[in-house]
Amino acid sequence: MIPKVPLDKQIRLNVNGDEAVAYAAKQCLIDVVAAYPITPQTIIVEKFSEFVANGEVHTEFIAVESEHSAMSACIGAAAAGARAFTSTSAQGLALMVETLYIASGLRLPIVMALVNRALSAPINIHCDHSDAYLMRDSGWIQLFVENVQEAYDTTIQAFRIGEDERVQLPVAVNLDGFFLSHTMENIYILPDDVVHEFIGGYRKPPVVKIDYLNKEVSYQLNPAYPLTIGPLDLYDYYFEHKIPQIIAMENALSVIKEVNEEWFALTGRRYGNGLIETTYVEDADVIIVIMGSSAGTVKQVVKKRRGRGEKIGVVRIRSFRPFPYNDVAEALRNAKVVVVMDRGLSFGSFGPLYLEINASISDLSVKPMLLNYIYGLGGRDLSPEMIERVIDEATDVLKRGVIPRKISFVGVRE
Amino acid sequence: MSEPRGWKNLPLGALPYKLSLEYKTGDWRAERPVIDYTKCTRCLICWLFCPEPAIVWDGSNVMIDYDYCKGCGICAYECPVKAISMVPEYRGGSG
Repeated sequence: MIPKVPLDKQIRLNVNGDEAVAYAAKQCLIDVVAAYPITPQTIIVEKFSEFVANGEVHTEFIAVESEHSAMSACIGAAAAGARAFTSTSAQGLALMVETLYIASGLRLPIVMALVNRALSAPINIHCDHSDAYLMRDSGWIQLFVENVQEAYDTTIQAFRIGEDERVQLPVAVNLDGFFLSHTMENIYILPDDVVHEFIGGYRKPPVVKIDYLNKEVSYQLNPAYPLTIGPLDLYDYYFEHKIPQIIAMENALSVIKEVNEEWFALTGRRYGNGLIETTYVEDADVIIVIMGSSAGTVKQVVKKRRGRGEKIGVVRIRSFRPFPYNDVAEALRNAKVVVVMDRGLSFGSFGPLYLEINASISDLSVKPMLLNYIYGLGGRDLSPEMIERVIDEATDVLKRGVIPRKISFVGVRE
Repeated sequence: MSEPRGWKNLPLGALPYKLSLEYKTGDWRAERPVIDYTKCTRCLICWLFCPEPAIVWDGSNVMIDYDYCKGCGICAYECPVKAISMVPEYRGGSG
């Protein structure tokens, strides 16, 4: 199929992951950006403020004093009907947490680029997914990208997904700190007008019916028809207000898939079914499940071992929230050993991805054996040799039929 | 007060579907302000200070709207001629 915008009509750009996100944001007709710089996200804010200074965007850039204020300003802007964007990493996200729940609870489709970085202490600026796992239950859609091209593509898609009338939720686009944020890659970007059309022009807030005004109004702060947004809601209504939020997350599953297909028709690029990306899973005895940039390395190693006739497959999770339990169960149905690789863990428990995979396979009549490998904390590289050893161990488990350890740590010194 | 609604009939984003006028806060009160009109000079200090606002001015008199007055006592505290007294709503067994 020839995409609507073939590659020769797309623009080749040599950028790192942060710049790719900034270029995507530049094309998305964003009204307000409120952000505070933090490594490894800094380049996004730096680059975007250049666009503002050069008059290349109409965006109001608010240089806030903290990440708590950044998200608060985005919430205020989105409540006024604006398209809002921010970006952060690790400690910045931790400071933002209180307001993350408010953004989702108020159903404001803010987009945030979360450049994944390890949480203190000890202080560390390099990649792991502990910051993303921190916001796991905050009601945000969480998408993980594998490379710089996908960071660009997903940032644009995020506005479409979040602003879809069936969704109306904030979206976090996760890209691995340094591995993607500071690594140059040749990518293809679309002409501005194509992106404008794809995201549907400027943001249009949804319409709500307000009984006491006796009419349908746009869900935004406007003195012409005053609305109270987010007032006190006790045991009499809080529970009822959470149900539509749960349903919106369910709806997001199909919206993410649809947007992925639309993007494919437009650009010729798609990422699995939008929710998960499977490689060689059909006949695989051993399947590795992973998120983020390391999926590329894993696929490379698996491809090599496939060449030797070993039945190994890979499932890359692209949507961590909402979590695609059914798609994952379908992909893992015939596997005998599943290795879940987490770049972060819940102390006293397992890796959060492991828990999701465990829940996904719980209804299968024949369940694969499940192993959890924690890798790459604080930016520790996951080398092809490490992946080889993980595959060797998983193959051994397949042969013996016993699991020596449920949880293992890759590449850590004793 | 109308019947509580289910989630299917609530507007998006935790917007209230009715005005706060329907939410009568008068039953929060432990003490009620009572105005002694023989002392009241109609200076409107109480009307100005009431945070609700639950003090109504009809052009000749100030009156307390007990549907919304929470009994905070600011009016009694601020009244320059001490025309407002706080009276307990309930005196226990002895009435």
